[in-house]
Amino acid sequence: MIINHPLLGPCDAQEFTYLGDASLLHRPDGMAEGAEAAFVDYAYPRENPAGLHRELWFHEQGDRSWLVVTRDTVTHEITQVELASDVARREGRSR
Amino acid sequence: MRYSGFRILQQALTGQKGWTPAWRNPDPQPHYDYIIVGGGGHGLATAYYLAKQFRQSRIAVLEKGWIGGGNVGRNTTIIRSNYLLDGNEPFYEFSLKLWEGLEQDFNYNAMVSQRGILNLFHSDAQRDAYIRRGNAMRLHGADAELLDRDQIRRDYPFLDFDNARFPIKGGLAQRRGGTVRHDAVAWGYARGADQRGVDIIQNCAVTGLRIEDGRCTGVDTTRGFIGAGKVGVAVAGNSSRVMAMAGMRLPIESHVLQAFVSEGLKPVLPGVITFGAGHFYCSQSDKGGLVFGGDIDGYNSYAQRGNLPVIEDVAEGGMALFPGLGRVRLLRAWGGVMDMSMDGSPIIDRTPVDGLYLNGGWCYGGFKATPASGWCFAHLLATDQPHPTVTAYRLDRFARGLMIDEKGVGAQPNLH
Ligand SMILES: Cc1cc2nc3c(=O)[nH]c(=O)nc-3n(C[C@H](O)[C@H](O)[C@H](O)COP(=O)(O)OP(=O)(O)OC[C@H]3O[C@@H](n4cnc5c(N)ncnc54)[C@H](O)[C@@H]3O)c2cc1C
Repeated sequence: MIINHPLLGPCDAQEFTYLGDASLLHRPDGMAEGAEAAFVDYAYPRENPAGLHRELWFHEQGDRSWLVVTRDTVTHEITQVELASDVARREGRSR
Repeated sequence: MRYSGFRILQQALTGQKGWTPAWRNPDPQPHYDYIIVGGGGHGLATAYYLAKQFRQSRIAVLEKGWIGGGNVGRNTTIIRSNYLLDGNEPFYEFSLKLWEGLEQDFNYNAMVSQRGILNLFHSDAQRDAYIRRGNAMRLHGADAELLDRDQIRRDYPFLDFDNARFPIKGGLAQRRGGTVRHDAVAWGYARGADQRGVDIIQNCAVTGLRIEDGRCTGVDTTRGFIGAGKVGVAVAGNSSRVMAMAGMRLPIESHVLQAFVSEGLKPVLPGVITFGAGHFYCSQSDKGGLVFGGDIDGYNSYAQRGNLPVIEDVAEGGMALFPGLGRVRLLRAWGGVMDMSMDGSPIIDRTPVDGLYLNGGWCYGGFKATPASGWCFAHLLATDQPHPTVTAYRLDRFARGLMIDEKGVGAQPNLH
């Protein structure tokens, strides 16, 4: 698989490590009411769809950026690649 | 029809004209007491033991393709019970015992071959970990034996014992481990179940789970609605998709695992060997092909085919252990979709929906579990109580902090 890095251009997926579903960007607030249940839900169950999947890849052998890759789990086709920091900011996760 | 040596002789003398199909091809009835979704090894074994051991009737197995077309026909056929943790070892040892009597039990030649499995170690720390695992196995009544270099050299003289980075220092052997003809397991269970009245319905995909007042009352399929008293789901890599039909999210990711077979060779590998310093394992089939594999590809996939980097990685592991492998030509490579659970261990449990039961999360190691998984799932379906060997395989163990993490790597499926 080739991941089209937004800054570096096409890179072999071998340069990356894979973390999983991009919902992991939304770490719950540990101090909030019901945090325990929220953390169980965050850590264990997954949508695991057959089809489009937004997922986190880390450019370990490259610029060490985190990316959000949209990939079809049935065909392995990659349709969108974004910097995770951009996605997190857009989704209200980072300052 | 019972199979026997006499039957083979008789058929040989009468032109092989008297064989009958091993199972029927029935149309679905409107209602069953038990519906098993998924005609893989686990689903067929469940139906078999439900009928035979637990004396239940009115059972159907619904399979979206053909039986044996899933992972039961794609795996590398290794059976063993060399686990460390209390939650796992009694279950896998129960399974190994069932393998030992299986062919007589279901009257089918599954080519169960206890040729032994040998896990090699390459450092002192790894030796200590293997000794600990071997002791844990023996405490649960399984066999385990620590071998030194010279003992290993006798059976495997061609391994690279003095590899500069990963010298072989010894190994943990389980002599009762081995291999089984995988397709024959599906066929043997299917035939045994069919003979006891189970309807095996192929080309029948479940497309919906009907739930009324918190109770599962049947399944929608490509061949219409079929009512059920109880529904047991055993669909391996598709567990998340089927359980999503009941609104559930499982602690499972689906990943692809590849396997490889070489051209046929004369006998060279007497048993199963695993490399301890990389991910590579290998056995030799009775046809002579070297059957080998390694890591999962490492990203979510339902593709039933993998990518080249893992092929390279497996080949490197193979060459580091077994340099002669480089002269062998590869015949085939394929992939299967694994239900990788968050702690690397399976689930056999009831669900929050009454009448709906789950058997899944088998990761890359569910073939060896097939007999015990079927037995224990049948136990759960028939009695609503878990079999004593699967009490730890609960669906809620993740919320309760009772994970069974053999590798100790945490909730990260591609590390298990
Ligand atoms: C390459 C590879 C190597 C492996 N090596 C080993 C090994 O050496 N040792 C070991 O112990 N394990 C091994 N495994 C793992 C083992 O094969 C699996 O864990 C096990 O086979 C899974 O259980 P099953 O046989 O019931 O699965 P399957 O045979 O996959 O059965 C599930 C069935 O459910 C059906 N299904 C799915 N969705 C639906 C639906 N909606 N409606 C109806 N039917 C449906 C599928 O078509 C399929 O036939 C390996 C797996 C792979 C892929």
